[in-house]
Amino acid sequence: MSTSFQQGINVLKKVIDAPIAAYFSSCTSCGLCAQACIFYTETGNPKYTPIRRVEPMRRIWEQEFTLVGKAKKLLGLSKPVTGQDLKDNVELAFESCTTCGRCTMVCPVGNDIVYMIRRMREGLTAAGLAPKSLQAAAVRTLEKGSVMGFPLKTLEAMIQAAEKETGIKINIDEPNVDYLLLLSSAEVMQFNEIIGALAQIFKEAGVSWTFSSDAYEAGNPGMHMGASEIEAQMINRIVKAAEQLHIKNVISPECGHAYMAIRWEGPNVIGRPYPFKVFHIIEVLDNLRKEGRLKTTGLESERITFHDPCQAARRGGVNQPQRNLLNMVTSNFIEMTDNQSCNWCCGGGGGMNTIESAEPLVKKVFNRKKKQIDELDVTTVVTMCATCRNTLEEGIEENNMNIEVMGLTELLANHLLKEKKS
Amino acid sequence: MNEIELLNWARGPGLAYATAIMFFGLSIRVIEILSLGRPEELAEVRDSGVRDGWLMILKRSLPEVRHWKYITASYIFHIGLLVVIFFFIPHTHLFRDVFGIFWGGWPNYIIDFFTVLSIAGMLYTLVARFYDPARRILSKMSDYLAWLVTFLPLVTGYMAFHRLGLDYTTMLAVHILSVELLMIAIPISKLTHVVTFTMARWYTGSNQGRRGVRS
Amino acid sequence: MTNKNNLLAGELERLGISRRTFLKFCTSIGSVMALSPAQAAVMAEKLVTVKRQSVIWLSFQECTGCTESITRSHKPSLESLIFDFVSLDYHHTLQAASGHAAEQAREQAMHDNQGKYILIVDGSIPIKDDGVYSTIAGMTNLDMLQQVAKDAAAIVAVGSCATFGGLPKASPNPTGAVSVSDIVHDKPIINIPGCPPIPVVMTGVLAHVLTFGIPELDSMGRPKAFYGDSIHDRCYRRPYYDRGQFAKSFDDEGARKGWCLYELGCKGPITHNACATVKWNNGTSFPIQSGHGCLGCSEPDFWDAGGFYKALSTGTNSPGQWATAALAAGAAAGLASAYLNKSSKADAEKDHQPVTLEDMGGKS
Repeated sequence: MSTSFQQGINVLKKVIDAPIAAYFSSCTSCGLCAQACIFYTETGNPKYTPIRRVEPMRRIWEQEFTLVGKAKKLLGLSKPVTGQDLKDNVELAFESCTTCGRCTMVCPVGNDIVYMIRRMREGLTAAGLAPKSLQAAAVRTLEKGSVMGFPLKTLEAMIQAAEKETGIKINIDEPNVDYLLLLSSAEVMQFNEIIGALAQIFKEAGVSWTFSSDAYEAGNPGMHMGASEIEAQMINRIVKAAEQLHIKNVISPECGHAYMAIRWEGPNVIGRPYPFKVFHIIEVLDNLRKEGRLKTTGLESERITFHDPCQAARRGGVNQPQRNLLNMVTSNFIEMTDNQSCNWCCGGGGGMNTIESAEPLVKKVFNRKKKQIDELDVTTVVTMCATCRNTLEEGIEENNMNIEVMGLTELLANHLLKEKKS
Repeated sequence: MNEIELLNWARGPGLAYATAIMFFGLSIRVIEILSLGRPEELAEVRDSGVRDGWLMILKRSLPEVRHWKYITASYIFHIGLLVVIFFFIPHTHLFRDVFGIFWGGWPNYIIDFFTVLSIAGMLYTLVARFYDPARRILSKMSDYLAWLVTFLPLVTGYMAFHRLGLDYTTMLAVHILSVELLMIAIPISKLTHVVTFTMARWYTGSNQGRRGVRS
Repeated sequence: MTNKNNLLAGELERLGISRRTFLKFCTSIGSVMALSPAQAAVMAEKLVTVKRQSVIWLSFQECTGCTESITRSHKPSLESLIFDFVSLDYHHTLQAASGHAAEQAREQAMHDNQGKYILIVDGSIPIKDDGVYSTIAGMTNLDMLQQVAKDAAAIVAVGSCATFGGLPKASPNPTGAVSVSDIVHDKPIINIPGCPPIPVVMTGVLAHVLTFGIPELDSMGRPKAFYGDSIHDRCYRRPYYDRGQFAKSFDDEGARKGWCLYELGCKGPITHNACATVKWNNGTSFPIQSGHGCLGCSEPDFWDAGGFYKALSTGTNSPGQWATAALAAGAAAGLASAYLNKSSKADAEKDHQPVTLEDMGGKS
């Protein structure tokens, strides 16, 4: 057992770096971050003000890394962080935050609040305070192979079904191909039509690709918890598989946080650069489009909007490819009022939708998404993240809205121009 | 001590001590931040982030229009304060004396306008601190003190200029002393942001730039 | 020095000054002192009937500028009349007697008018090393002041040296110069600062003392009638200040147009005196009118209050040098703090135990 209050404090000390020190030095408690956070705007409860979520960390920074704070501590003007303080923080850091980072976009002094919330979570996890559901998901991922706990066999069955449906052979553990495809658990269990869809698209584009039997899960509960060692184990599984199969490109599926984990955090948690490149599936498809290898036919004429997933768009930098692709297959694409980097979060990401106690809150804050969608009068919301898709579907059902939710890859597959090849 | 002695102390040793404390403190603060280091980015970046770091420093100064209700007062206050500090002619002479650079000042009626604007903006931010739930929950005693030490120079300066309240000599001394209080408060309070906001923006902006995020 | 019972009426008659002219004089003095016309008439009334007042004038560490100011008028003025009228029993520059005779005159006056004479002092008093730096007839200024002040009715400190220590007190003040009010605490003291003071201010105050007694004084013992307003408040160039029109050098367009001299170091805003209203040389001009900023000579420590040609808003202790030094010192302290922070982070790194799957309820 290595988690303890002391370990938690220790981790918080360890992770405080120059950006965090600059952020805390600069915060003027202006409260603007609250205006950007659905958990505040939809509940009106000021306790959800984003910068408050890292208050224990701020105190540790002040007391440990500033002369002023040290003096204050000596004079008894500031109290050390207690175990209770950390416990109380779990609700704010885990159970009412999707780490969507919208707050970061409005902070006048430019504080990246989510950067800090991630580190705050790391400290709480080291203190043994990570939500049980995330811990269980981490155990399932590493012991059984996937976040939802299904074994390889389940995926294999899905692959066989897709092969049967499309008549295309799908590789597992095929070395020296162009791409290694990862999937998120949600895709395998709920949106598995994506396998067949991609098989067709890649076949038409002449892309060679494979699954890996060792690493097929892209989801990373270790990242949500900030358990960097566990996050690294999950990443390493993928890195090893890609290296063994000599694959130069890894595809992160339609899953925002998976993209964040494998694309941006991965090399940093394992401590070395990758010998391969990582792309979001939508980036891959957009590249194929650019090269003329992705051809579609027909346009959706209904009013369609797009929901930018926070981790892929705002935090991950994938903003334009999805629009290029949408314009290929729709004639009535309508942007949400706030889009791309300023899109409002679906409310279910960042591990929130695995935390049972957070369910009422997730439902409540969906209200913002509902308003956003309602004012557009659309029939379909397209997105590129399984978690967003899941949350959108549940929210839409809950609110009796007559809206269809779709993955972008699936939408493209529906319009794929199939040239007859033998 | 008569008012002239008070003024002479404020203009002389007082200003020197306050300047020393402010620069001493800010120097410590900046080094404390820098020395904590920033982990090397090992992921393959889309861009060096340098451009976006600089852009962020500049662009975050533009108003966030969608939140105009929340930012207008403080926005006006900041602009007013900068104008008053750096373009009131007597102030420009102080800067010329200290830093050896002179950029000329603006006519008094303009400064007067901005002073009133700043004071009004500051009063609104104080009221907002009470009434806006998010600001209220974030506000500690130090936030109110920081407000006060920023507010005092504006008001005393305005009063001195308009010969209100105490006699001019005393008011001028009080004004200078209130500025010295502000200077001392800068490195030991959230007012440090007058310098570190550039660092915070740089870190966030360059990080976003590396990831190809538009800030 | 007899004629004790002589009245000013007789003196006026002797000099051929009409009553009307005298009344005009009193009205003009009265107006600068903000007395009502009725009070000016009362002053005239009282002055002609008042007895010759015995005055002892002590000059200490001074330049005689104050005496020059009061005696050197372009034409014989009514101001000087007041001085002609008082019985100036001792003034070592003006009196004819010298040596023992002079000192004897002083002692005689002190004796004859015990408790009734007015003591006028110009110059500061050196107190360092038992006051050896300035002596008169073997007596230190300090001793002489204490001796003469003891039986004075009132003391008038004339000029910035007597009122505030003046130039002799300027840093590093080698003689330990102090003002009259630093030494004498049990007598009414009227301060008439200025380097030198305006003649009419001196005579006006004397006229007031002779007729109505001690005038209303400000916190620094200065008659409010003359020192109630700042030069700046009464300056004819004030509108330029308000509009932000400043001369940038002594020969630029602004200077020729008569714009405000603030940027050229004018200390008018903090200087209280009557220069801008009464002016000098029989109301001819005053420094700002002649194109030079006010030095602030009627305020304490004006000599040490920063450069005469540096704007009032500048610091006087080279804040720039302090800033540079502080940045360097702060860097050193910051590095020390950084070192402590680094080791504290290194300790945290060392004590860190990886979070494992076991912690999560897993097997490995």
